[in-house]
Amino acid sequence: MDITHTATAGTLESSDIQVTLAPGGDGIDIDLTSDVIKQFGDQIKASITQVLHNYGITSAKVKAVDKGALDIVIKARTVAAVQRALDIVDQPKWEVL
Amino acid sequence: MAVDSERLRRTMMFVPGNNPAMIKDAGIYGADSIMFDLEDGVSLDQKDAARYLVYEALTNIDYGDTEMVVRINGDDTPFYDNDIKAMVKAGVEVIRLPKVESAAMMQRLEQKVEEAEREFGRPVGSTNLMAAVESAEGVLHAEEIAKASDRMIGIALSAEDYTTDMKTHRYPDGKELFFARNMVVHAARAAKIAAFDTVFSNMNDPEGFYRETRLIHELGFDGKSLINPRQIEMVNEVFTPTQKEIVNAQGVMAAIKKAREQGSGVISMNGKMVDRPVALRAERIMKLAKATHVIDEEGNYLGK
Amino acid sequence: MESKVGRQLPDDIMNELGFKPFETTDFGNPVIQRKAPKVRASTGKGKVVDSLEEVVKKTVRDGMTISFHHHFRGGDYVFNKVMRVIIDAGYRDLTLAPSSLTGVMNDTVVEAIEKGVVTNITSSGMRGSLGDAVSHGLLKNPVIFRSHGGRARAIEDGDINIDVAFLGVPNSDVMGNANGMEGKSAFGSLGYALVDAAYADTVVLVTDDIQPYPNTPASIKQTQVDYVVKVDEVGDPDKIGSGATRFTKDPKELKIAKSVNDVIVNSPYFKDGFSFQTGSGGAALAVTRFLRQSMLDNEIKASFALGGITKPTVDLLEEGLVGKIMDVQDFDKGAASSMRLNKNQQEIDASWYADPANKGAMVDKLDVAILSALEIDTDFNVNVMTGSDGVIRGAVGGHQDAATAKLTIISAPLVRGRIATVVPKVTTVVTPGDSVDVLVTEVGIAINPKRKDLVESLSDIPGLPVYTIQELQERAQKLLGTPEPLKFTDRTVALVEYRDGTIIDQIREVQD
Repeated sequence: MDITHTATAGTLESSDIQVTLAPGGDGIDIDLTSDVIKQFGDQIKASITQVLHNYGITSAKVKAVDKGALDIVIKARTVAAVQRALDIVDQPKWEVL
Repeated sequence: MAVDSERLRRTMMFVPGNNPAMIKDAGIYGADSIMFDLEDGVSLDQKDAARYLVYEALTNIDYGDTEMVVRINGDDTPFYDNDIKAMVKAGVEVIRLPKVESAAMMQRLEQKVEEAEREFGRPVGSTNLMAAVESAEGVLHAEEIAKASDRMIGIALSAEDYTTDMKTHRYPDGKELFFARNMVVHAARAAKIAAFDTVFSNMNDPEGFYRETRLIHELGFDGKSLINPRQIEMVNEVFTPTQKEIVNAQGVMAAIKKAREQGSGVISMNGKMVDRPVALRAERIMKLAKATHVIDEEGNYLGK
Repeated sequence: MESKVGRQLPDDIMNELGFKPFETTDFGNPVIQRKAPKVRASTGKGKVVDSLEEVVKKTVRDGMTISFHHHFRGGDYVFNKVMRVIIDAGYRDLTLAPSSLTGVMNDTVVEAIEKGVVTNITSSGMRGSLGDAVSHGLLKNPVIFRSHGGRARAIEDGDINIDVAFLGVPNSDVMGNANGMEGKSAFGSLGYALVDAAYADTVVLVTDDIQPYPNTPASIKQTQVDYVVKVDEVGDPDKIGSGATRFTKDPKELKIAKSVNDVIVNSPYFKDGFSFQTGSGGAALAVTRFLRQSMLDNEIKASFALGGITKPTVDLLEEGLVGKIMDVQDFDKGAASSMRLNKNQQEIDASWYADPANKGAMVDKLDVAILSALEIDTDFNVNVMTGSDGVIRGAVGGHQDAATAKLTIISAPLVRGRIATVVPKVTTVVTPGDSVDVLVTEVGIAINPKRKDLVESLSDIPGLPVYTIQELQERAQKLLGTPEPLKFTDRTVALVEYRDGTIIDQIREVQD
């Protein structure tokens, strides 16, 4: 499945993460900003990638601005961003949750 | 009515469904119930995001013994169906429906919930329901709403919309809510479910908050919806039994125990018969006393 | 070699600098020969000097140790003015030995290091760009971090030999009689600077307010002062202390503060005549407010409050709930301005406050200390020095000193964002777990198992769950996930001294 347009979910508030997806790229390319990048950078990227793979997305440009979000928040925000980018906001893929 | 109707429900803390920081910390304040809000606390363009966030929180964060409630969007909104599905899949304990005006609305919700339970392999009947009445119509139908389903655990009054509907607004003395509060608490008692009072939103008026909480405590409400964790302790304080009540309740409990040991069907204390309502009230007072830490494990009074 | 808290220390540096590893919190009763300062006799003639350039030229030589105090906090002009002159004059190889370094000094210190003007630093702490630069190896020699009591000890014992102390004061007369509590840049107690005034070979006062002679009350005395320099302004009054201290409305901070108060009230130390130290910050102020109510409810009064002082503590004094304030530093304007008015708000120097190499310090009589933590580990060791990324961003302050109190409470949230406060091993040990008694978090408390007596008195507080510290650590980890370990090089950028002069831990260069 391919992303057709840019979509964002999440905020820049503390404990949140803002995930923006855009079409393009070869594979999944994540540009991550985070105060905890040393401790959790790889895990944050892995969480985002996992959600994208669950939706069958193999290439996308991802910009993630993390404000200390828990893993569950990263997952929820990525799911919301994907649903928006795929124009299926009203038809959640329940099996992905 | 649902089982466990005597569960303590003094405090139902509202937590905006799209706020990760508040969702993360919601469990630390000792609320009896936490209500994640997908409705008014979430802007229209974030309904989907909040739904996923609350789903993840419910399925991953350990909130201990707290009763977990989600207020979904109303049945006249495009978010209603997906809210139900997501929350049932998440295994939420209670779904709270806003702006309820009839038993039919709750029955429609019950049907949708049951469908979702089957779809996601949840035990049928495992999701409880509660209603918030927010209009003249809802208040007048409080009884049928409270009795609408076996899944019902409570009915709440939501005063902001209600007072607008009544062409009035909130006043410090609460006279404008007197009828509605009595309707709701009577409906709850008749249906043997919990009654929740509306929120009090001015955090800079603790006296007003205490006054309102004492009033609804007197009327017989189980508890109150809250918008700030700092209100939890204040409500619990009002709901803490007095030493006299506790001593009396201890006497009743002892009499019950004695009657059981003697195999007697008649319970008497100080020469007077203890009937069922007295026994029930004593049980509830001991439960409240324990929850507010004014008695120890053995039941000795510790004082406030 | 290794300190008693299991931290590896660099043999070569330890041997070269003559340091021993930390062994115990018990200082014992050694007999110590203190150092005496040089005194250049004077009748006062020529004490007043017209410019900083002139006084620097008269006093500073390459390789010297110079000191400053940090009582002006974020409003300090003196440090940057003096250092500007020193940097521009092209001095080399100076050792900087201030009581601490505040954010406004950062750029100047970085410049002085880059230009070779400063090649050694000892301080209570550092933050921001300076902490970042040092953690990335800017300074060749390791910084020595010392507590306030430890610095006083080091100065008295000659571990720090101050050649010239540049001490900013909000008032002075022409002979050098000065205090910190009057004038437009008043900051209250001169506590940290008094040790410098007593032990530096040369003492230079920098002021913007020359008072008629003799200027009293005199905290710094003319007998100690070599030069007095008048400048336009010594500080920005608006940034010296925070303004009106606001009571926190954050429900999590309030919950922690209330729990701290519950611990104090249920401890055996909460009785008439007890003493306490609370520190600064929103949660500490909230504790003071809860404590006030508990003191009123139980009709208990405190004999003294100690350490860095805030307005709410002064209110307790004025209300009669606290007998004396023993004041080494003032955190806000209310506390600073009240020293002049309240005779029971006693100015104390850092040695009196917290120096272990003493015939008794105030902290030795302290019952309850409430302290913060960036990290605390399952051995109760506390880090207030390095951030979760391993970079220096804190200060020892009075942490090690006050932790010797009979009841030391660490008040900290279990997690901050996605960073755990309770961890298996702290990044840097500043205060050893042996001197920490109770950890209070928003989810419950943990009691140091070494304090069996406290386990007994604190276990049944209504609504205050007791966990083992391991349980709290696991709870945090379950919520947040397991972080990747931080990466450091082998190079030592700082040593953390315990208050007795031994080394408790090292800080290594971060690897990005």
